[in-house]
Amino acid sequence: MTPAVSFQKVSRHFGAVRAVDAVDLDIRPGEFFAMLGPSGSGKTTCLRLIAGFEQPTGGHIEIFGESAGGVPPYRRNVNTVFQDYALFPHLNVIDNVAYGLMVKGVGKAERRQSAEEALKLVQLPGYGARRPGQLSGGQRQRVALARALVNKPKVLLLDEPLGALDLKLRENMQEELKSLQKALGITFVFVTHDQGEALSMADRVAVFNDGHVMQIGTPEEIYQRPASRFVADFVGSSNVLPPDFVQRYSGQRRWGSLRPEAIRIQRATGGDGVSARIVSTSYLGATTRVVLDAGGLRLNATVPSGADLPPAGEPVVLTFNREHLHVMEGEA
Amino acid sequence: MTAASTTPAILPARGGVLGALSDTFWRRPRLLLFLMLTPPVLWLGIIYLGSLFALLLQSFFSIDEFSGLINREFTLKTYGELLRPANLDIIVRTVTMAALVTLVSAVVAFPIAYFAARYARGKWKALFYLGVMLPLWSSYLVKIYAWKLILAKEGILTWLLAKLHLLWLVEAWLAIPIVGGNSLSVSATGTFVVFVYVWLPFMILPIQAALERVPGNLVEASSDLGASPGQTFRNVLFPLALPGIVAGSIFTFSLTLGDYIIPQIVGTSRLFIGQAVYAHQGTAGNIPLAAAFTVVPIVIMGLYLWMAKRMGAFDAL
Repeated sequence: MTPAVSFQKVSRHFGAVRAVDAVDLDIRPGEFFAMLGPSGSGKTTCLRLIAGFEQPTGGHIEIFGESAGGVPPYRRNVNTVFQDYALFPHLNVIDNVAYGLMVKGVGKAERRQSAEEALKLVQLPGYGARRPGQLSGGQRQRVALARALVNKPKVLLLDEPLGALDLKLRENMQEELKSLQKALGITFVFVTHDQGEALSMADRVAVFNDGHVMQIGTPEEIYQRPASRFVADFVGSSNVLPPDFVQRYSGQRRWGSLRPEAIRIQRATGGDGVSARIVSTSYLGATTRVVLDAGGLRLNATVPSGADLPPAGEPVVLTFNREHLHVMEGEA
Repeated sequence: MTAASTTPAILPARGGVLGALSDTFWRRPRLLLFLMLTPPVLWLGIIYLGSLFALLLQSFFSIDEFSGLINREFTLKTYGELLRPANLDIIVRTVTMAALVTLVSAVVAFPIAYFAARYARGKWKALFYLGVMLPLWSSYLVKIYAWKLILAKEGILTWLLAKLHLLWLVEAWLAIPIVGGNSLSVSATGTFVVFVYVWLPFMILPIQAALERVPGNLVEASSDLGASPGQTFRNVLFPLALPGIVAGSIFTFSLTLGDYIIPQIVGTSRLFIGQAVYAHQGTAGNIPLAAAFTVVPIVIMGLYLWMAKRMGAFDAL
């Protein structure tokens, strides 16, 4: 099957800065693909390379099997939902949504109808006459989405589209985007720095760091079996365990990871398990995060709130299921 | 506790008149606003608007043609005089010149402003401001006389074109009636060139300011949605730069309408509105007609702004 987007050793260097460095990537048609990474990791540059706003300094990009080398953005059947929406302030909502059809020469009546339908799709029917300035952040986001979708792109690029929304709205939009993607069958490429968002929405996730792809996999793979210390730490703030520690439990002298929710805390001074001391606790609602000090090794644990926790400074014993200890083959 | 408990929660009032004034102004911000605005409002209201009103009043008086005395009775006779072919000719000439100067200034200014707003950073930006502003630092008269020398028959431009064997081009142009003449420095073309040169900074700066406020990602969004660079210019850049273009054109248009020095030094002997005003209020002593001539640019500018507003030039503000 031809990949929707294919990167072959793609680099984008800005002078000495290697924003994207020799990235290999295949995005499958119809999948919801997330690019996850901290700011400056190269994920947005990758998105801009697909859109055509940037040209690679090395390597080769193909979109549905066709070379994208030297093709300007306006000749790519790819549309972007920008981080701050980039709606045209001088046009009303319907003209914003119909813009792509207008520049392609679609007749006025037809493009109005398509734009109305797109607005219905994002649940903003009847908002056509308003100006972008009169809309809330969430509504602008929907208009930006409609403006991109009305063109029926082969690939839809979303650059941190939910970053500016408040929590409640963000959760709603996550659900909506997911169901929209399933219904339309368009390939979505989604850039985010929020690991929760990436894990909950995407079919597959690429974790970026420093211009490189650290790992590509399903959310489960990324979360349960991080390939490197960076992925373990960045995706869900896993506990990264040094080789000495891992050897004691798995026999392999390699770096390992342990999810915070896999750790159980018992009020005891000895016995089986890792002896530690509680440093601090933070109440997070349903769960409580506990920072522990196990003989100099900092560990995070997440326990259900309301569990019987000794006060900070008390000695405790930590236990965990050995299956939950993941040995990172990728790390030396 | 520590040092925190020894510091008071409310600091004592600062001594002196200035301290008391600061507190008063903070409590009554309108008082400060009133004190700051009174002098300029008085200046604008009385001196500027007052003289404008006096001017308007004068234009409704007429002159006694035998005695040369001003007849202080309200009449539209003076405005009627504006419609005489000789005077109408002056108005049409000036408005045409102002429109052409504005149009060409906008066309020349846009790429410069675009470069400055989009690409120039750091020292290039400084260089841009310097380049645009530098001509404004030297005397207006000196610049116009410099242009007279450049455009003269024995001037550097003729010399250069002769070296390039392109003199026939200028001669062909000068042979055209209305725009031509004996040499560039005594032709309407010369007047036009100097006007464009002198007013260009007033067009560049507002366009640059307007383009600077256009977020770069709007251009990307337009391109992303399939618009070619030309379509992006027509549908996004130009509408968003329009308030700046209109602001700049207010300068170039009204400055050209009112100027009487440039056409006197570089150009033909045919009069422009400014020169007519100068002549009528001076040697001729026909203050009412001079006033009526002055009202013309005001009315034209009013009409122009009204049209610009109707066309939606200020919608993006």
